Amino acid sequence: MSFDAFDAWWWPYLFILAAGWLATDLWRFLGVMLGGRISEESDALVLIRSIATALVAAVIAKLIVFPGGALAATPLALRLAAAGIGFVAYLLARKRVIVGILVAEAVLLVGMLQFY
Amino acid sequence: MAVAKRRPACYGQRMSDPLSPKASGTRSGAWRWFGRGAGAAFSIPGLILASAFVGFAGLAKEAGLTVVQTVFMVGVVWALPAKVVLVGAILSHASLPAAAFAVSLSSVRLMPMVVAIVPEMRTPKTRKWVLYALSHFVAVTSWVLALDRFRHVPRDMRTAFYAGLGGTLVLANMAVVTIVYIAAGRLPPAASAALLLLTPMYFLTSLWGSARERASHVAMVLGLALGPVFHLLVPEIDLLAAGVVGGVAAYAWHVIAARRRRT
Repeated sequence: MSFDAFDAWWWPYLFILAAGWLATDLWRFLGVMLGGRISEESDALVLIRSIATALVAAVIAKLIVFPGGALAATPLALRLAAAGIGFVAYLLARKRVIVGILVAEAVLLVGMLQFY
Repeated sequence: MAVAKRRPACYGQRMSDPLSPKASGTRSGAWRWFGRGAGAAFSIPGLILASAFVGFAGLAKEAGLTVVQTVFMVGVVWALPAKVVLVGAILSHASLPAAAFAVSLSSVRLMPMVVAIVPEMRTPKTRKWVLYALSHFVAVTSWVLALDRFRHVPRDMRTAFYAGLGGTLVLANMAVVTIVYIAAGRLPPAASAALLLLTPMYFLTSLWGSARERASHVAMVLGLALGPVFHLLVPEIDLLAAGVVGGVAAYAWHVIAARRRRT
């Protein structure tokens, strides 16, 4: 029952609808139903945000440690250095996302020029 | 008599809402605010979001999705973290229930965001289906932009404004993804590698910045460490395992830290 389990053309779309659309819009619709009846500060929401954050962080780490395509051909140490230096630059630049991205990309490209 | 009675009431309504400009409440006024919402999509946050979608197009292509499947996913899911988790689940060959569960866990946070934005847009005349339709546009960027700009939008024009803003962001990024996906096949290896680093860097920084409490930072560090570990231990449910274990541990830290502060 994985994404590439069936050959039918419609299977990937059904997969995206069920695992993607339903799994996100259900929460949005529930939010409309609840109106203004839930506080952003409640403890249950801290748990929800923590799980969501850890989940997305796990994907980030996987994309850096076990990447695909052309990024997989670069050494792990270079990818970790690019991400780490980019993140420090982001913090130093008063949390400007664009600075973090540009510095990480620069470290990666300079590092790749040394290897190719 | 009836006319005389209605007039002052009508007058009073307008007086009580000093923000309402003259065009408010009319059809042409709604279109004007729709246009202003669309214009708000072309801003610095909108630009940063587009760069994240550039990265997403490369990621989806690498995962083996077709261009139509990728653009379809942008339209129906919209929230970028949910899509990145979905592509991650596809890459781990997760089953449909496991993938749906992981995406659900990453998207619960959309609910309180909708809960917060609905009272800002709702008037006694707002139809329910409009709110359900607009809720689909709720994701971090459109939500932050809307809550920031709503102060300058008359209350009864906010649904029109958000429709313009959300609709433009979705359509523009569907276009960005189409173009980048097609161009990605012709990139030299260095550019292609740089493209694949965009998504993790975007989330590494924006996720850290959007954290509301320290528990989210703890959760992020734990998730970063547990993701690769669980990928080696339990590859098919690695995201779920890392999310639940890291998230619950961060929450436990939050509860203990709060208790310690009190004593």
